[in-house]
Amino acid sequence: MTEELTHIDQNLFEILETVSDPEIPVLSIMEMGVVRSAKVINDNVEVQITPTYSGCPAMDVIADDIKLAFKQKGYEAKIELILSPAWTTDWITPKGRLALEKYGIASPLSESADKEALLGNKKLVKCPQCGSFNTKLVSQFGSTACKAFFQCEDCLEPFDYFKCLK
Amino acid sequence: MNNNLIQYIYGIADNSLILGQRLGELCGHGPSLETDIAMTNISLDLFGQVRSYYQYAAQLIGGDATEDTIAFLRKEREYKNVLLVEQPNQDFAYSIARQFLFDVYHLLVLQELHNSKDETLSAIAKKSIKEVSYHTRFSSDWIRRLGDGTEESHNRIQTAINDLWIFTDELFHQTDADKAMVFEGIGADVTLLKSNYFKKVNEILEESTLEIPTIEYFQKGGKQGIHSEHMGYILTELQFMQRAYPNMTW
Repeated sequence: MTEELTHIDQNLFEILETVSDPEIPVLSIMEMGVVRSAKVINDNVEVQITPTYSGCPAMDVIADDIKLAFKQKGYEAKIELILSPAWTTDWITPKGRLALEKYGIASPLSESADKEALLGNKKLVKCPQCGSFNTKLVSQFGSTACKAFFQCEDCLEPFDYFKCLK
Repeated sequence: MNNNLIQYIYGIADNSLILGQRLGELCGHGPSLETDIAMTNISLDLFGQVRSYYQYAAQLIGGDATEDTIAFLRKEREYKNVLLVEQPNQDFAYSIARQFLFDVYHLLVLQELHNSKDETLSAIAKKSIKEVSYHTRFSSDWIRRLGDGTEESHNRIQTAINDLWIFTDELFHQTDADKAMVFEGIGADVTLLKSNYFKKVNEILEESTLEIPTIEYFQKGGKQGIHSEHMGYILTELQFMQRAYPNMTW
């Protein structure tokens, strides 16, 4: 889905991949799916990004980091924040999901499974530490707007779950 | 410059700004860590939405207007939020009752605004719906937990609902700017949302073993910029930095 909607010049892709999400440093902004387009226009780069959540404080940092990354390669970058189409967790790439799990954050389930998990009806969220599904919801809101807080009842480790946003 | 559109945007966005400010007061003061984080997360979502609305309004106003001048440098009467959102936190039951009574309304408005002919408002609404659905789920859950909880929690949430009920009717009043924007296919027609609102609210109150208030007297004024005494105190805190250190930035 990401591929259909985004227009990213191939030579800019590698530079954008070096910019990481400040809240989740193991994840590049490309894996997050927040870059919607990147083009070279008259020797300058124009990049469109979209916020995960409206109030995500990481967006300003991401915009500055993109400018810096391009500056080091000799480009001036102009960043535009766009809201439509609205970001969804479906745009996190498979590589990004693996990176999340490795970092200790459970990656988003499908929309219906997410609802069941967040209502505490079913145990569907996998503990990123020990792989057990014997986990429980601690709080609907976690350390950032995009996450909920869970605990594993087998290894007892608390962990973040990246909520499904559709 | 389309003054009706600007006033309309204030009418929508100021609700989120003032409620966000009220929720922000709970940072570090929530009854438990989880609810503290939840309330401030909701506050953050609302401020994010507010920024999108004010950035758009600033574009329409032109000149030196920015999202910050709109948020921090208007006078009290120029804020068009409803009275409900400026009500103080008091105890957790009040914060939850205020949140619930607003969330149900907020979601209905956004679902209408999503169909707006104005592309920017439609995009902001679409983005916000995802966030506000989650807020509604959170506040509805707490209404159930408090209402159907202990005798103490039941009484407290019932008192809060009773006290805040007088502010619900204003949600469905239309200003001249609202009417003009509905006519142009840009604004959401709040008069059409009233029956659906009370249906949803009453359903959850009943599920929570709470009584639906039957009072007939309602307060209004916020949409016209005529606020309760609380508003001055909110703005004093909200505007302090920009008034004391004009044009300061982080």
